Formats: sequence, structure tokens, C-alpha cells
Amino acid sequence: MRYIEPHAHMVSRVTDDYLAMVMAGCAAVCEPAFWAGFDRGSAQGFYDYFCQLTDYEPRRAARYQLPHFCWLCINPKEAEDIGLAREVIALIPQFLSRDNVLGIGEIGLNKNTRNELLILEEHVRLAADHGQMILVHTPHLEDKWKGTRIILDVLRADSRINPERVIIDHVEEHTIGMVLDAGFWAGITLYPESKCTPARAVDMFETAGAARLWLNSACDWGQSDPLAVPKAAIELRRRGYPDPIIDNLLFENPRKFLSQSPKFRLNG
Amino acid sequence: MDRPQLLDLYFLDARARLIDIAAFLDRLDRAAPADDFRIEAFRLALRELDKPGPDRARRVLLALSDPTRDPAAKSPGKGACGAFPVQSQP
Repeated sequence: MRYIEPHAHMVSRVTDDYLAMVMAGCAAVCEPAFWAGFDRGSAQGFYDYFCQLTDYEPRRAARYQLPHFCWLCINPKEAEDIGLAREVIALIPQFLSRDNVLGIGEIGLNKNTRNELLILEEHVRLAADHGQMILVHTPHLEDKWKGTRIILDVLRADSRINPERVIIDHVEEHTIGMVLDAGFWAGITLYPESKCTPARAVDMFETAGAARLWLNSACDWGQSDPLAVPKAAIELRRRGYPDPIIDNLLFENPRKFLSQSPKFRLNG
Repeated sequence: MDRPQLLDLYFLDARARLIDIAAFLDRLDRAAPADDFRIEAFRLALRELDKPGPDRARRVLLALSDPTRDPAAKSPGKGACGAFPVQSQP
């Protein structure tokens, strides 16, 4: 099989994970900027992180012939400090022309606060000003439904934002409908405990349809699985889906969305 | 897939999860009582399982969600606990 991992935080994974992903059929990996598990103390810390995402990490992946792409932002978990967030947003334009940068992400909300909302709006403006695609993080657990509604309001408020160039990630059964109905792409995250199991992901695929849908692992420094996407393929097979359907969901769909950036190219 | 096929695939897993929930509630009962909005929200969400309709997962998620609309003035912290105080729900 072949698949694309459209959301993985490889900076916090070991190199063995690259090998395992490639052996499982991974054709490309995309890495949104995220929270490191602790608050960075300065914009310089983010500058170094953006260098890691655009320089070091693609070289690490290339050792396994795996194309690596990234998205840049300050994660909503660090958006409460508006001063720092604005300093970081000001750093981003100089990185947008780098070869593996696909757009702005993963922006969004965490605890649905006013400051997070302000910084989300500024990220959306940045993306619109620079014609960038957007990858959105929706909040966790009890905050997801409220946060997703606010995020949709923000995106719809800027007429320059084309929903077909925005993926709203970490949807679950109570948010997938509103995301797809508004014309955006939706990402289902296969993450132990706090997000979605493969069985539920296949349920959502069956009820919502495959159009504008991708699956990802969002593997990071937490309890997560860099092989969650190929394991979902096994779940799809158990439900009786033939290989072309699986290929469409796990490879063609993310390729279709990501190929809206001319920088997104696969090997061969 | 038809129902027998789905049951073959998922019944044992669902059975195990159901027993886990029962054991979790028993465990809470054995502990010293204390008011906690999470267990209240959990019990409300459980009621959704027995209601008819094809969207139980959606309804359980909604029962455990913050139903308010306005952004919060300040972040109470970075984490989420998985439920929202029932008395705060409009």
C-alpha cells in the first residue's frame, strides 16, 4: 500500500519512525508547527524551530527518500502571550519561500480564549496576505465543539479565504458535519485516548463520505502512533473496502489537497 | 457489512469497553464521595446511549462539550479535562 502522512510532528520522533513509516508505504510526511510541550521563552526559540522544520528535518527524512513538508505558525497553546505571538508571526514571512513550506499551520484555538482568537485572526490575515494554504488545529475534548464553531466564523469572515485551501483537523463526530458543510477539508486524527480510533474514523468515512477528508496520526511527543494511518488501512480492509478505495482515502485525498501548493511533490 | 458481520468484528471489543465503564463506576462508588462535575456529565452522556437514533457518538460528544459561544476571558491552563460543568450549561 501507499499513503501520505499529512500531519506528524517528526521533530519529536526518533529516526526509527521514519524507517518504519517508509517501510509501511509512506510517500510523504507533512509537519505542522506545534507546541513543544513547554512554552518557549522567546521568538528566537521559534526562529530556531522554523529552521529545524525547513532545513534539518527534511534532510533527516531524505535519508529514507521520504519527502518532508511543513507548515509554520505559533501554536494556539502559546498564543496567550500576545506580544510573543506577534513577534513570532513577524518571523514567518521570511520562511514562506523555503522549498518545503506549504502554508500556515497548525493555527486555531486551544482553550477558546480572546487572546487565542486574536492571534488566530492574525494568522488567517497572514495566510490571506501571502496566498498561503491553512492547516487548522481544533481544540481538545470539551473545548472542540465551541472552538470549531468560532474557527469557522473567523475563516468565513475573511472573503479572501478559499475553503478548498483550508484543512480543519482533529474533527470528530460532532464537528465533521459543520466543517464539510462549510466547504472546508476535514482531517481525522488517529490518536490514542483523546481523539479517534480507527473504527470511528471508518464510521465517519462511511457516514460523511470520502470527499475532502484525510486521516493522520498527529504523532508527537505524547502517546501516539506514527503508523496509525497504515493501521487504519487494516481497519478499512476488515470492513471490506477494496484497495482502490483505501488508496483514494489515504493517498489520493491528501495528495489532492496538498498539491494545491506547487511545492508539494512526491518522488518518482 | 451486515449486522452479524459487524458483531463478529466489534462485539468483543465493545463488550470489554462496556465492562470497563461499569467497573469505573463501581470504582467511583467505592471511593469517598465528592461532588465532581465530570461524573455528573459522564452520567448524562451515558443516557444518550439508550436513546434511539443513528448519531449516538455525536450526542455523547455534545453532552461532554462546552455549549457556550463567547470566547473565554483568560485561559485556565493549557489542558482539557473532557467534560463541562453541567450547571454551567444553558
